[in-house]
Amino acid sequence: MPKFESFRMPDAGEGLTEAEIVAWHVAVGDPVRVNQTIVEIETAKSIVDLPSPFAGVVTALLAEVGDTVDVGTPIITIDVDPTGPTPEIAARPALELDAAPAATPDATPEAAGAGAGDGEAVLVGYGISGAAVARRPRRASAVVVHVDGTAASPSRVLAKPPVRKLARDLGVDLGAVVPTGPGGIVTREDVVAKSDQGEARALTTYPGDDQPWLASGKVSAGGRQTRVPVKSVRKRTAEAMVTSAFTAPHVTVFHTIDVTKTMKLVARLRADKEFAGVRVTPLLITAKAMLLAVHRHPDINASWDDATQEIVYKHYVNLGIAASTPRGLVVPNIKDAHRMGLKELAQSIADLTATARSGRTSPTDMSDGTITITNVGVFGIDTGTPILNPGEAAILAFGAIREQPWVHHGKVKKRWVTQLALSFDHRLVDGALGALFLSDVAAVLADPSQALVWG
Amino acid sequence: MIPTGDRTDVDTVQLLTPSGERLDHPDYSPRIAHLGPDALRGLYRDMVLVRRFDNEATSLQRQGELALWAQCLGQEAAQVGSGRALAPHDYAFPSYREHGVAHTRGIDPTDILRLFRGVDHGGGWDPTERGFHLYTLVIAAHTLHATGYAMGLQRDGLVGTGDPERDSAVITYFGDGATSQGDLNESLVFAAVNNAPLVLFCQNNQWAISEPTTRQSRVPLVKRGEGFGIPSVRVDGNDVLATYAVTAEALDRARSGGGPTFIEAFTYRMGAHTTSDDPTRYRSSAEEEYWRQRDPIERLRRLLVADGELPDTFVAELEAEAEARGEQLRTAVRAMQAPAAAQMFDHVYASPHAVVESERAWFTEYEASFLDAGATDGGTHR
Repeated sequence: MPKFESFRMPDAGEGLTEAEIVAWHVAVGDPVRVNQTIVEIETAKSIVDLPSPFAGVVTALLAEVGDTVDVGTPIITIDVDPTGPTPEIAARPALELDAAPAATPDATPEAAGAGAGDGEAVLVGYGISGAAVARRPRRASAVVVHVDGTAASPSRVLAKPPVRKLARDLGVDLGAVVPTGPGGIVTREDVVAKSDQGEARALTTYPGDDQPWLASGKVSAGGRQTRVPVKSVRKRTAEAMVTSAFTAPHVTVFHTIDVTKTMKLVARLRADKEFAGVRVTPLLITAKAMLLAVHRHPDINASWDDATQEIVYKHYVNLGIAASTPRGLVVPNIKDAHRMGLKELAQSIADLTATARSGRTSPTDMSDGTITITNVGVFGIDTGTPILNPGEAAILAFGAIREQPWVHHGKVKKRWVTQLALSFDHRLVDGALGALFLSDVAAVLADPSQALVWG
Repeated sequence: MIPTGDRTDVDTVQLLTPSGERLDHPDYSPRIAHLGPDALRGLYRDMVLVRRFDNEATSLQRQGELALWAQCLGQEAAQVGSGRALAPHDYAFPSYREHGVAHTRGIDPTDILRLFRGVDHGGGWDPTERGFHLYTLVIAAHTLHATGYAMGLQRDGLVGTGDPERDSAVITYFGDGATSQGDLNESLVFAAVNNAPLVLFCQNNQWAISEPTTRQSRVPLVKRGEGFGIPSVRVDGNDVLATYAVTAEALDRARSGGGPTFIEAFTYRMGAHTTSDDPTRYRSSAEEEYWRQRDPIERLRRLLVADGELPDTFVAELEAEAEARGEQLRTAVRAMQAPAAAQMFDHVYASPHAVVESERAWFTEYEASFLDAGATDGGTHR
């Protein structure tokens, strides 16, 4: 006989109330073993992998990626005895928990939080989930208020004033809404859900427009927009960009240069036995050029400390490389890049990008950067005006390298040309310093032998 | 990269290198000379079982079965090596991460998890019978208890008699962070001036939650013991043989009336501080990799393999045993029920107390006033 077990969102820290589903590692129909990682969640404290407590076959995933789930809510159903015929899967039990009315005796086993029904103990941390905040009814107050949770008549519908207004605005009949709030109250989510059900389909113009464009989104009431909650990397990127753009006055300077000699150097190093197995790219030479330029103009490797009203000059270079990953933009940095030779630097860039692409970049890897390169050229883009990584004074955008007509030794020749753009924080970097720094980076790329002079 | 707080100017006792080669040491090699292949396999088995238990407990926390878990991952050699050096009549005061020592004292691992599930204040074992005190969560508080206990052994005439069945020692375990606490420093003072039969075993796992050792001390931690006039030694805490040897020497000194020893076991917390902690926020993957190369179990495995003393049958049986133990643990933990709420009054005082009794009576009556009273037998605890 099939036997279904559901796994509830645990409190992976101490006293956490909720967690966000980051990625499912299993799908419906997959077999699972005990302690096999089934889902990755993000709490207020960390990202953790959750191991399966059961062995069996996954029959339902009860939460979607991007959902923020209360601790104690079932997130997955596993058939621990999948040999028998499969009956219907029970309705999503999360609703039972949400719907536990505060003062009805029916709800006592749930509200008591003791899990008397299934004999499970209540653990530390579960006490603060939705169900457990309900008060236990006392014998003295024997007045029983019966609330029918499914079919309230419009005049008797329980809802708070803002929710009533929302229903009016959306044209939703409150009486037709299935309440899920405590004591049979219609919640904001109930009204929105009802509205989404009815109107989105009514206003749809094209087939499929009532479906969200993105997996983590919901279609708006009008059926013409997908709304996606701002979370995770996107949220952090947004915060960082706003902080940076509205605290550091940005100035961007540009330079177009002939990098044919750099391209020749890259080709030569690729053939070099010493660099066998190491990825040599124009980005590597640009990174090295940056480090040399920082060495000549250490003032640019600094940050503005608003709290202490000090400028902090870093004795080290933690070189940031902006990376586009499946989870969004991350800017890990190479610690103490100034100490590295070209080969070690190449290895570090390769490691850093591999880590970023696999989504394993840790917060430490991203913290304490001192200066950054963003390689917009990989997308075929000439250049841009990059926004500073917060806490840094300069960022270099490295554009696409193209063969272009270029005046070389008095003749128009076919040469490899690229554009560099440097944004800097004008509070602490003056135009002259920014210009000199960019011009030094360009000089090395135009003729890498310049590195011998400055190295 | 150089690990946090590592200093080349401090001698560190090592008898087994990370690649599994034996080293000779004039003072300490004789202390492990009697450990034959069977004993070495025993230590290997200990460490493998402890790691399996530790991983299972971590999973149980992630499954919502435990409120919290403090991993000992990476510290198996420091704990098993020192724990196996203890005599049955010695007494250990652990902090809260000493699952490996608990294993060597024959503690049922499920008993440890009662505390971490929140259904028991201590554990299920008798500390006197096992020579293993209950876990102490307050940093360094138990080092004072240990010092006092050791001074008690002196006064009971259980030290320095020359009778190996009678002479006893106390060992107390704490971490690098505890060395910054007043309690530990007071313990060092009292242990030193009273010549207490005490081994102060510091597992320097490099991190006091997110605070590195370098931010706790200007000198290597081993020098802290010396500052109190206590013989001190630093040992490679990922080397089970060296840890055994160094602890055995310290215990002998204590039992014979030679007084306290401070041991700094240089090791690494490979896991998080607890399941509530995310170490990726404060330490680099490169550092973790550095220590992964120094795994305590791996180096003993290499030695046994090189000696041809690790037959496949042994490995397979061990794996099966670890697996079975993991399953037993899961079943036992899931079956643990919350205790009756009135039980909280049981251990306030050692003997009955009138005020506590009246509070217990009031509480019992209050609990009975609920509609669902009795429906949730023993389940009102939350």
